[in-house]
Amino acid sequence: MELDSLYQEVILDHYKHPMNKGLSATYGAQVHHVNPSCGDEVTLNVSAEKGIITSITWDGVGCSISQASVSIASDLLVNKSFAEAEAILNEFTELMHSKGTQQGNPEVLDDAVAFAGVSKFPARIKCALLGWMAIKDAAVRINTTTKGE
Amino acid sequence: MDLSNINSVITENTKVVALTHQSNVLGTINPLKAIVARAHEVGAVVVLDACQSAPHMPIDVKELDVDFLVFSGHKALGPTGVGVLWSSVLDDLPPFLYGGSMIETVTMTTATWAPAPRKFEAGVPNMAQAVGLGAALDYLTNIGMINVHDHEVSLTQYLIEKLQQVPELKIVGPTNIDARGGTVSFTVGEIHPHDLGQYVDSQGVAVRTGHHCAWPLTRKLGVPATTRASLYLYNDESDCDALFDAILGAQKYFA
Repeated sequence: MELDSLYQEVILDHYKHPMNKGLSATYGAQVHHVNPSCGDEVTLNVSAEKGIITSITWDGVGCSISQASVSIASDLLVNKSFAEAEAILNEFTELMHSKGTQQGNPEVLDDAVAFAGVSKFPARIKCALLGWMAIKDAAVRINTTTKGE
Repeated sequence: MDLSNINSVITENTKVVALTHQSNVLGTINPLKAIVARAHEVGAVVVLDACQSAPHMPIDVKELDVDFLVFSGHKALGPTGVGVLWSSVLDDLPPFLYGGSMIETVTMTTATWAPAPRKFEAGVPNMAQAVGLGAALDYLTNIGMINVHDHEVSLTQYLIEKLQQVPELKIVGPTNIDARGGTVSFTVGEIHPHDLGQYVDSQGVAVRTGHHCAWPLTRKLGVPATTRASLYLYNDESDCDALFDAILGAQKYFA
């Protein structure tokens, strides 16, 4: 079924058992992102030290795609330098806009390749990108306040 | 709708009472009579959003006694980007846009306006949409709005009875058929409406999911979003059955 390419098992697993959910007490930057058209929400804390992301924690409500995506992103981008995280994030963004023509490179994206099927469902792409954009926003804020140094 | 505090909500300071005839989220048909009477008692005008009612039931603006009534084309089998504004007081109102086709006479220092509704239709009219909406309304009129309404009432009854058989499904809004129209919103356990909507879509059933442009209401209801089935003259019982089957399928899929 076409639907199975959207709802990969790994996505439903992360939705039911999210990683890094529950906000840390301290953070370098905290952001709150929403999808106004559907009401998916995520609050996200990012901490960094010496240019390395040391912690990503979050809380949120929303559909399985949005919540699983932030779960996977929070696991994938932690312990990466900002430059590495940005490269992974750019590759994920490109995959989301591939309209089903790309599979994604598992060596870079790991579990996040499960979202490749989402790119065939235009209305759901923003769900998959919500958490990633929140992390990007938080990283920018950390770097503009130099707390990441 | 709770009318017990109507006199403290609509007061001598109230100039305009704008409300919906039938809620696009809950399906509730609002008790207009008491509200219109109170509004007129304090000298306020009533603006009625009939987007969910005018396409679904006979409407008599005189009997409703409202001062303005509006509805959109796309909810009445018509095109997008066009709608209807009716008012008993259009002649008393000044134009809000100036341009071609809305004047009577113009000099270098003065101007007078064409009679309503033309004075409100400045510039190149939205012709194709207006003609399309006219055709849609003629189509509905030929079928007969009372027939459209009767069909929907019996179908809504059928759908609600069907939905009430689904475990963990909660209808958001009245289940009493006298108090509602054919837009039926609901939640199904912990399945997020966008996931539910995606699944039923894959089964060939089109529903709306989200806040239905009424986020404050969704917040008040304490749900992240709802799923909404919107019945109309082209639906029949087999559509309700298909939705029922698809919801049961989604419960298995997301279990």
